[in-house]
Amino acid sequence: MIVDLALVGGILALALGVLVARQAFAAVALFIGYGLLLALAWGRLGLMDVALTEAAIGAGLSGVLLLAAARRLSAAPAQEDSPPGRVTRALIGAGCAILTCAVGAAVLLLPDAPPGLAAEVAANQRATALGNPVASVLMAFRGLDTLLESAVLVLAVICTVALAPDQGWAGPPGAPQPQADGPLALLARLLPPLGIVVAAHIFWIGVDAPGGKFQAAAILAAMWLLPWMAGIAPAPPIGTRALRITVAAGPALFIAVGLLGAMLTGAFLAWPSGFEKPLILIVEVALTLSIAAALALLVMGPRT
Amino acid sequence: MTADVYGLLGAVLTGLGLFGMLVRTEPLLRILAFNLLGGGVFLVLGAIARRGAGAGFAADPVPQAIILTGIVVAFAATTIAVALLLRLAARKDDA
Repeated sequence: MIVDLALVGGILALALGVLVARQAFAAVALFIGYGLLLALAWGRLGLMDVALTEAAIGAGLSGVLLLAAARRLSAAPAQEDSPPGRVTRALIGAGCAILTCAVGAAVLLLPDAPPGLAAEVAANQRATALGNPVASVLMAFRGLDTLLESAVLVLAVICTVALAPDQGWAGPPGAPQPQADGPLALLARLLPPLGIVVAAHIFWIGVDAPGGKFQAAAILAAMWLLPWMAGIAPAPPIGTRALRITVAAGPALFIAVGLLGAMLTGAFLAWPSGFEKPLILIVEVALTLSIAAALALLVMGPRT
Repeated sequence: MTADVYGLLGAVLTGLGLFGMLVRTEPLLRILAFNLLGGGVFLVLGAIARRGAGAGFAADPVPQAIILTGIVVAFAATTIAVALLLRLAARKDDA
């Protein structure tokens, strides 16, 4: 309990720090710390799959993206809106306090035995041939959510890429990275082989234990971003056919297998019985590679 | 009990994030506040997942999977917001 209270205090302090920070760079640094503590909080809540994702995406990839943005904005700040007046500010504060009280009351007033789907997941989990209940939910019981989410990532890539200036629309994504030397260049050469092995491990144990495609994809994306940032592995032009196919292949295969399920079993995204595990694994491999490429492209951002 | 503590933290973060998003004027800080707001919503959902523990699971796997999905979608939204912001800043330079 003491650990929990300390963690809650730390998260609150960092969140407040983000809100009152004068400089964007400091705010982003505090935000990364907040993300890491939040990952610990997920661990304390017993949501290990979420903890891994939060650490990899919420703190890691977001941190890289936001730090780069803070650095570029410090050189050329964006236009700011005029700040709200004293009265508006007080009204906003009151409204937000009411929101907090309402959500807090909702948390405290939850019934002692809240209606949940844990029992139903446990009862049907054998049908998916997966040991990790979260993976079962993601790939089978709520497969449509996962499909739509992977499609959202493709759309997000299209949106960010489309923000490139007119000249060189199909050029490489992101700002050009100068060749680094020192620790970054060394790490960019040493870490990717290890990181790729770790990602494969996280992917594979995700079948039966916490882990899986999102966490593995985030690590893979980081292993691509590291040499990219060090300037030793320039990104391919966004117009490259192989890159476009990699980003779209996962969701496309998921839809194709979903249609196969519709033909064989009569329900879209239903897995043909007897072939659940091999089919799920094939789709997950394709999704992992697509999500990794999409996450990396999103962090790189549009061509500048 | 643990679930309640983190659920209440989620409630506070929701309020703080919304306040920051409406009151701060720097666009990047608004994006950060938006992410604090999202973290608060996820924590409330996580508290509900923890309360729904049962059938041998430490937490209800269905909300857990939805939080996972949410984190990835929130990240995608953040990247688009940052890309828009950088484009706006670059455009102002041109003018």
